[in-house]
Amino acid sequence: MMTKRIIPCLDVKEGRVVKGIQFVELRDAGDPVELARVYDEQGADELVFLDISASVEGRKTMVDVVQAVASELAIPFTVGGGINALEDMKRILRAGADKVSLNTAAVNNPDLINEGAAFFGSQCIVIAIDAKYDESIGTWRVYTHGGRTPTERTVIDWAKEAVERGAGEILLTSMDEDGSKQGFDIALTKAVGDAVSVPVIASGGAGGAEHFLDVFTEAKADAALAASIFHYKETGVGEVKQFLRNAEVNVR
Amino acid sequence: MIGIIDYGMGNLFSVSKALERIGIPYVISESPEELNNTKGVILPGVGAFKDAMARLRETNLDQFIHQYVDSGRPLLGICLGMQLLFEESEENGEFEGLGLLKGRIVHIPDRDANGERLKVPHMGWNKLHFHQDAPVLEGIEDGYVYFVHSYYADGVDEKALLASADYGVQVPAVVGQKNVSGMQFHPEKSSKTGMQLLTNFAKAMERSEDML
Repeated sequence: MMTKRIIPCLDVKEGRVVKGIQFVELRDAGDPVELARVYDEQGADELVFLDISASVEGRKTMVDVVQAVASELAIPFTVGGGINALEDMKRILRAGADKVSLNTAAVNNPDLINEGAAFFGSQCIVIAIDAKYDESIGTWRVYTHGGRTPTERTVIDWAKEAVERGAGEILLTSMDEDGSKQGFDIALTKAVGDAVSVPVIASGGAGGAEHFLDVFTEAKADAALAASIFHYKETGVGEVKQFLRNAEVNVR
Repeated sequence: MIGIIDYGMGNLFSVSKALERIGIPYVISESPEELNNTKGVILPGVGAFKDAMARLRETNLDQFIHQYVDSGRPLLGICLGMQLLFEESEENGEFEGLGLLKGRIVHIPDRDANGERLKVPHMGWNKLHFHQDAPVLEGIEDGYVYFVHSYYADGVDEKALLASADYGVQVPAVVGQKNVSGMQFHPEKSSKTGMQLLTNFAKAMERSEDML
């Protein structure tokens, strides 16, 4: 059967990886290709590159990063950030990325999902959702602009709509758990997983290998994404996978 | 030299970069003359079956592929490229394929035999189960490869089924009969295992040099 996927996420600004990534053996810890290679060797199943460039010029360098990663590595990768139109998707996918991830742009213009799926196929279109629980409505609310802007949409409804429009995967970040290191948001991940027919990637809250086990077994996530615990070497992809293997979770 | 058939539907970049990494010279071309100067060809493919077959017919590359296979040289179809090798597909209608292998391309069911929901597309890493020895499978140990597809080949001849993956149904993953072979997954995205599979294909191609 399918394996559960472990996905490190790299933030890229003006073509360089940011956040102090602590691999002493690296010559250049800011080089996306070198870091991607390290994660590939550790057994990462996929990678996500999030472009956090503030400028248009910075975003243009992402195409070079994508080309370099696609030339050097034989694992699938997704690029998110700064993708606002079909033209942006074309640029990134033609440069060699396997998928693009849309967040704010898709909320503002949901037709973008249909356009992307029709042009490239659903398998290329990931919808990233930033979710925060809202007591007043008793469910999770969708936030945009990197979690700064609340919207009128609820997460479950938006996830369903995105899939109906052609999203091939949901990258679900819990704003409540993000950075907490207390574990993924099980209730949120399970609720979205039950509501949609496409794979769900859980994100936000990973603090150790046991959290991956929880989100795979209890929330039935298809994949789990983490950034800081891998970058700061609190644990490695290989260690997480060994832990999962010992717990009889199917991993590569 | 491997030829990569460019008919406007392919993941040409990833496939060509993978060949570069393993040191296999290649040419990407839509010209039958140019492709005919190779020892083996790869038929890549991403997208819909119907569009892909229409493109192959428009460009006469369908005839080229038949002539190439008749010449005894190896052909490898990847993902949609593998599906095109079969007789027909039910993707968005009923469409005829290249008919090089026996079988029909059908949609992955929504539920498995136990009624458990299956997510479609079948996306991610799945394990290969080997059905028979073949040069292309040499040295493949862990056998995890990366799949992205919603349709699969049904009714594949037992003799042509080299490896499969389990996804509610038995998904033919590596098929092969004489000089025609196919991989449902993406070897070019399947890390070391994928590189080994492509290397094996290239080696098999070199061995078949006499047939040229």
